[in-house]
Amino acid sequence: MADKDYVLNITDRRPTGKYITPILKGLGYTLKNFFSKPITIKYPTERREVSDRWRGLHRLKVDEKGALKCVACGLCAKICPPQAITIVPYEEAGKTRYPKEFVIDELRCIFCGFCQEACPKDAIELTKVYDFVDYERKDFIFDIEKLKNPEKYIFNGK
Amino acid sequence: MLEYMTILIIKTLVAFAVSLLIVAYSTWIERKVLGHVQLRHGPLRVGFHGLLQPIADGIKGFFKEELIPDNADKPLFLLAPIISIGASVTLIVIVPFGDKITLFGREITLYLTDLDVGILFVLGISTIGSYGGILGGWSSGNKYGVIGGLRGSAQMISYELSLALAVIAVVMVSGSLSLIDIVNSQTGLWNIVKQPFAFVLFIICGLAELNRTPFDMPEAEAELACGFNVEYSSMKFALFFMAEYCHMFVFAALVTTLFLGGWHGPFVDGPHWFFLKSFAIIFFCVWERSTFPRLRYDQVMSFGWKILLPFGLLNILLTGLWMLVFNM
Repeated sequence: MADKDYVLNITDRRPTGKYITPILKGLGYTLKNFFSKPITIKYPTERREVSDRWRGLHRLKVDEKGALKCVACGLCAKICPPQAITIVPYEEAGKTRYPKEFVIDELRCIFCGFCQEACPKDAIELTKVYDFVDYERKDFIFDIEKLKNPEKYIFNGK
Repeated sequence: MLEYMTILIIKTLVAFAVSLLIVAYSTWIERKVLGHVQLRHGPLRVGFHGLLQPIADGIKGFFKEELIPDNADKPLFLLAPIISIGASVTLIVIVPFGDKITLFGREITLYLTDLDVGILFVLGISTIGSYGGILGGWSSGNKYGVIGGLRGSAQMISYELSLALAVIAVVMVSGSLSLIDIVNSQTGLWNIVKQPFAFVLFIICGLAELNRTPFDMPEAEAELACGFNVEYSSMKFALFFMAEYCHMFVFAALVTTLFLGGWHGPFVDGPHWFFLKSFAIIFFCVWERSTFPRLRYDQVMSFGWKILLPFGLLNILLTGLWMLVFNM
């Protein structure tokens, strides 16, 4: 750290008789800081890169044809510790099951990532979106449409 | 006569508008410089780099709720911010922005008045301004306020003396109390060269008079929860705030006038030099605020009485001897 010279463990607190040099040293230090680049960023327009393992809002993945990968097996809902996932499956004879309703209550969710781990079809993942804000509780209950594109809900300062 | 009056009124309006604009924007300078010293950005959102922030702050001040405590002394409580702002704004009258200029065929002086006792006027009025803080703290019926006010008065008495001693040395060198004459006496050599010790003394005591950080005893955020203005809200608080920054501008103008040669400078003399030097001093005020921690109360008092006062007297003595020996 650059601050090392200035943070001292002083045990003897009697006056040292040195006043002028420490004052000038301190003024120099603050002036140096004044001309150096701020370390804070202008969030929401600038944002820090988060880890690839970041666990943010959920995304329901779709395949090449645009259909949901999810087969509504219910494993994610089963493993979910706060029981934030509700699935209503739909099944027709001879076709793959798909979820009629897939609802995640983002206020209940603890972002543990178990749903992602449990999914046999790799259909659900946690994205890097960490700053979704809204005014009402009902806006935090995400249905299939919202879950398909969570990047839409990144906070933009408005 | 009518022409004289018109010129005077226009001059007054312009001088006060410019000064209050500088006062407003020195709050912006303060926040911006403090931010950058602390490796932050400071205000950014309101306007380009937060340039409209002072205006937004002013509007916010107007619309905040006003509270007057039940056990406050109401007349004094209302009077205190008025005294504070009144005294500091009055000081703008003597600020010499520049020399005579010719505009539309008329000769116009770039200062409002040339008082024969200009510097005494400054010392007197700035002391009256400190009554604002003292009365405000006392009348608000709050113990923090009282302690802040008392500390303010004690500090004012201690440091006003040394400030006056620093000024006396300058007056001895310049041979006049009028600020215009003091500026004109520095045409060749600035007073900072002739009186370096008085300069340091004036800066230190001036910071104490301004209640700025190494000496912000009356406010002392950490111990007194903002001291004398603790019970003030809304525009009354904003008036104290404005008074403080107005005082800072006048202080910068005084340092410029007394020590840095006023409107004189290399190449072309003129008000631009005055403003440049004043902004440098305002920047210094913010810079030192970001650097120094607050002194303990007894340290402030002993520093004022045991070091600065003898130092100021010694400086006057040496100046007198110098002038006697070299027959100035």
